[in-house]
Amino acid sequence: MKRWLRPLLLVLLLALAIIAPLGQGNYIVYTLTSWLIFSIAAMGLNLTLGYAGQISLAQASFMAIGAYTTALLTLAGWHWVLAMPLGLILCFAVGLLLGYPALRVKGHFLAFVTLAFNTLVFLILRNEEWLTGGSYGLVGMPRPDFGLFSTMKQLPFYYFTLGITVIASLVMWGIVRSPWGRAFKALRENPVRAESLGVDTRRITLLAFAIGSVYGGLAGALITPLVQFIEPGSFGVGHSLRILLMVVVGGAGYFFGPFLGAGVVIMLPEMLRFTAGYYLIIYSALVIVMLVFVPSGLIGIGGRLREKFRPRREVRADMREGARLQ
Amino acid sequence: MSQLLQVLLSGLATGSIYALVAIGFTLVWQAAQTVNFAQGEFVMLPAFFVLVAMGYFGLPFLPALLVGLVLSVLVLGVLFKKLIAEPILPHGGITLIIATMALGIFLKESVKEFYSAEAQPFPSMFPNDPIDIFGAVVSLQDLFNLAISLGVVVLLTLFLNRTRTGRCMQATAQNPAVAEILGVDVKRMILYTFLINAALAALASFLITPVYLAKFSNGETLGLIAFIAAIVGGFNQIRGALVGGLLIGVLDNLTATYVTAQYRAALPLVLLIVIIMLRPQGLMGTSEGRSV
Amino acid sequence: MSAPVLSVRNIEKSFGGIQAVRGVSFDVHKGEILGLIGPNGSGKSTLFNCILGQLAPDAGEVHVTGRNVSKMRASDLNKLGVGRTFQQLSVFPKMTVLDNIILAGQEHHGTMLSRLFGPSDAGLTQQAEQLISFFRLTHLRDTLAGSLSYGQQKLVDAAMALMAGPSLVLLDEPAGGVNLTMLANLKERLVTYNAEHGTTFVVIEHNMEFVMSLCTRIIVLAEGHIIAEGKPEEIRANQTVIDAYLGG
Repeated sequence: MKRWLRPLLLVLLLALAIIAPLGQGNYIVYTLTSWLIFSIAAMGLNLTLGYAGQISLAQASFMAIGAYTTALLTLAGWHWVLAMPLGLILCFAVGLLLGYPALRVKGHFLAFVTLAFNTLVFLILRNEEWLTGGSYGLVGMPRPDFGLFSTMKQLPFYYFTLGITVIASLVMWGIVRSPWGRAFKALRENPVRAESLGVDTRRITLLAFAIGSVYGGLAGALITPLVQFIEPGSFGVGHSLRILLMVVVGGAGYFFGPFLGAGVVIMLPEMLRFTAGYYLIIYSALVIVMLVFVPSGLIGIGGRLREKFRPRREVRADMREGARLQ
Repeated sequence: MSQLLQVLLSGLATGSIYALVAIGFTLVWQAAQTVNFAQGEFVMLPAFFVLVAMGYFGLPFLPALLVGLVLSVLVLGVLFKKLIAEPILPHGGITLIIATMALGIFLKESVKEFYSAEAQPFPSMFPNDPIDIFGAVVSLQDLFNLAISLGVVVLLTLFLNRTRTGRCMQATAQNPAVAEILGVDVKRMILYTFLINAALAALASFLITPVYLAKFSNGETLGLIAFIAAIVGGFNQIRGALVGGLLIGVLDNLTATYVTAQYRAALPLVLLIVIIMLRPQGLMGTSEGRSV
Repeated sequence: MSAPVLSVRNIEKSFGGIQAVRGVSFDVHKGEILGLIGPNGSGKSTLFNCILGQLAPDAGEVHVTGRNVSKMRASDLNKLGVGRTFQQLSVFPKMTVLDNIILAGQEHHGTMLSRLFGPSDAGLTQQAEQLISFFRLTHLRDTLAGSLSYGQQKLVDAAMALMAGPSLVLLDEPAGGVNLTMLANLKERLVTYNAEHGTTFVVIEHNMEFVMSLCTRIIVLAEGHIIAEGKPEEIRANQTVIDAYLGG
């Protein structure tokens, strides 16, 4: 891609995100807002899974931690701006904790541990009624008010969320471009080699979980004022799978994959709405078909096409003949 | 005392059905590195095959069971392998995990939309009369379930250890490359594993559905419990999955009766985390088998 | 004479009832290229893994520049100035050649936090490019390492081991699977690097010609013992070694 093309594309996308909700009904603005929020959650999981290669089926539980912390504190009279960071810190700490199993087990086992963790969080939310309101959940959380800029209406809240999304994306961009990002990828591709080159793989693994979880928490902190009603059912294993799906559908390990994935996973049901009850059936079938034919995600399609049309750099013939004995 | 015995026996009965599901899960995982997140739905579905055969085609119960079994083996065994596991496995384990999750949703929603969202009664193969054992009241159905499940596990073990095909299947699971060199038809053995898994799931379905009623969402808890049973027991052997299944069934009943009904579902999860962290090879497992 | 770069003291290791390494000791001094050879089952791989901390020896100690490194984590050993390669190819396939090389150096600069907030290349691009050009890979700088030929990946692998400017580099069968042209290239580069930087190398290898032409000193292991030690030409003429290789 040309050097100037990428920034131009980004500016265009951002402009589109600013114009998109104008003149739209509340419902569309609401859907766009939840697209942004889930993009943040998926961005976090993309760091853990896509960049660092550690599977987690618990992203929804971090959304829960962020959402409930923000909800309880704002209900107690705190301002959102103060409540949210506390939720993120909590997510960071719990995320570190969840990273420990990843130091011992990989792959499927890690998937099960994180899945079990998500279910445990769900059970606690449901059963500890004194704190979480149990199955009835929490209602009436205020939206943040900044004096001149109140987010009570749907449209201002969208722009508020957009602003946070942009900041979160910039921070993520900084992380994956930094040496940390390189270390995350090295962990994904060959942890033993990475360790032998001085990468502290234990620390990097824990950080991959903790940072990914913080993004889950941030998404939760935004869901609370958006929906103004939270209950354990919104943070079950099914929702973790949904976020995982966003990452994979968009393209794991691609920076913009989560935005695309979240868009597809959130918009598709809306687009399939005319099919009434069948949409989940069609939807799950589409996912399977996609995994069979484009396993690297939708963003991966672009890469594939480009490879097809761009001539490959010729490798020196004398070097290519190196025998592949191993 | 009699209450304890009662709780233990009914726990064993449910646990033995979990074990069937866990064993199938283990077999497929070993032979084809396929972790089937739709395993719970694999147990939910066969009961509906039977209901359709009875309701729409007017078959009597026993022939309908047979039709259900055959359909399960075809759909959950052959089709699952050919259409999903085989094409996606080369893309990596995580992709396959997500695909099987999507499959689970697909099966669940299809049943909900095309059959019913309501729980359906399902006939039992056995009378549900209570009988009295040393003061404990146990349903005859539970005892039959326990006997049949254990019987099937014994038969399966004999098949795997005593027959040529069974030994070829074991060789395939342990080292497909070596098995291939030794002249084992590896592809066929892997197919057999999928078929056995589907048959076990169908059997579990026929045994457990009379207890829980046939409902599209039955798979949600069942699948998770089967994973946990497989891991807790030790993933690399049938014995482990059996012990894991029985253990979870009993523990589940014990906590529900004596400790807390609210956190009943939490106990297997905590057990899972503790086992994975402290003894990743499982209670019965040997460490080498888990290296993959 | 200064302290040896690597000092191996009475290493013993057995598996089950089989003693793979039976009390091996040797020193390696600055600037040497030491070859560690021996027939299959001689215990050289086991010894190598004990030196690198991959295996815990039953007895004995390993010192690097005077520090006991037994039980040290691989990343800490690397930070102490020990680079290594693996028998299997160990590049990061989905990262560019440049990123592979920078990764190999970045953990040696600054703290964890300063790396997060510092420049994205940790200030290492120029140094990495020099190393890439030293291995004559400049035209492949921005290619994904996974799409290189086997021999080219071996070169990247070696470059990664050298990036942090280690005082000691351990090469695990560097010649395995590499064709003759590439092998000559690799050998020539390593010898030049050794002459320019005075870096110490320890090489474990099957390919006798490669070892004989690369190394300044050779240690021969058989059945867990050192059976011979000396310059390449001495080893070539040593009757014990010939017998060991011929199964005498």
